[in-house]
Amino acid sequence: MELIAFFIAAVLINNFVLHYFLGICPFLGVSKKIDSALSMGLAVTFVMSITAVVSWVINHWILIPNKLDYLQIVSFILVIASLVQLVEMFIRKISPPLYQAMGIYLPLITTNCAIFFLALMAALKNYNFVETVIFGVGSGLGFTLAIVLMAGIREQLDMADIPEPLKGAGIALIVAGIMALAFMGFSGMIK
Amino acid sequence: MPTKSIREEFVKGLWNENPVFRQLLGLCPTLAVTNAVINGFAMGIATAFVLIFSSLVISSIKKLIPSQVRIASYIIIIATFVTMADRFMAAFFPPISKSLGPYVPLIVVNCIILGRQEAFSSKNSVGRSLIDTLGMSSGFVLAMLILSSIREILGMGTFLGHQVMGAWFKPWIIMILPPGAFITLGILLAIALQIERKTKSRK
Repeated sequence: MELIAFFIAAVLINNFVLHYFLGICPFLGVSKKIDSALSMGLAVTFVMSITAVVSWVINHWILIPNKLDYLQIVSFILVIASLVQLVEMFIRKISPPLYQAMGIYLPLITTNCAIFFLALMAALKNYNFVETVIFGVGSGLGFTLAIVLMAGIREQLDMADIPEPLKGAGIALIVAGIMALAFMGFSGMIK
Repeated sequence: MPTKSIREEFVKGLWNENPVFRQLLGLCPTLAVTNAVINGFAMGIATAFVLIFSSLVISSIKKLIPSQVRIASYIIIIATFVTMADRFMAAFFPPISKSLGPYVPLIVVNCIILGRQEAFSSKNSVGRSLIDTLGMSSGFVLAMLILSSIREILGMGTFLGHQVMGAWFKPWIIMILPPGAFITLGILLAIALQIERKTKSRK
């Protein structure tokens, strides 16, 4: 039961985009069409889940036993960068259609702060293995939800009459603000 | 590459190529830690430190880095300076370090820093890179100050913790919560764009 609450909190309440302001670059950059937003979201969820597992193992089996936890920043970023590269090569070999759908987004994910934050946060809060995995998957799904909703709204916005200076990033940020307002409503769900 | 004067090189970071308002880079920390002026300022300074020093190192050893592994090398250099900044803040300014939390380590993935290394420091001399990053850092600190001042004054009625609004003023709590960050930055971007359009049409 507690783990379910934990999952819901990761998806809705502590939404990475709307609560922690992470992954704003892809959130603004890749949210013009619903299907590309969905591919981006799934790619992020995928990398996040793997990162959660690998960074937990590195942190708890290598860094903490050797009292090297001040190397967390350097080692996590290296792990993420090489992981993304590996995943990209792996998908290209295993499933070319999936690579077609996700391929161009994968390199972008390296510099997505959400992934790095996930590894840091799990280390900071001292989550156990199961919690870390749920946190990774939940946060990824939360990101997907936010970016797909955003893409849906932006497709409609294209047809709206928006004042010239607000076009582009301006209106997107204001829409994100209203979405964040709506998502704050979820915070009452879990005490 | 067209050569700009030293002054132009510095000033471009303040407005024409302001990382936040014009290039939309580094928005994550900009939105996340600007709920109070002191946090926004500390974040700006920490980012400036990392940007300036990593650019100094990278522009001075740029000939030694093979181009295939340059991104990885930049990231390691940046991560080293971020670790220093993080440890320094935790040691000397524990309350600020606590309220910024994991956003200090996140400077590693701030696109302003990697972007400047790739676009400028890896191609220019040490001196020029220094001027360029000084300008960019000032532009970033400026943006952080503007955003955090608006949010703190409207959200809590205070500036750097001092009461500035009269007793009649009811704080708009929403401004220090996430939605306020998005909406304020959205409006600021629109204002910046409008000013840009006005100056262009005058020319």
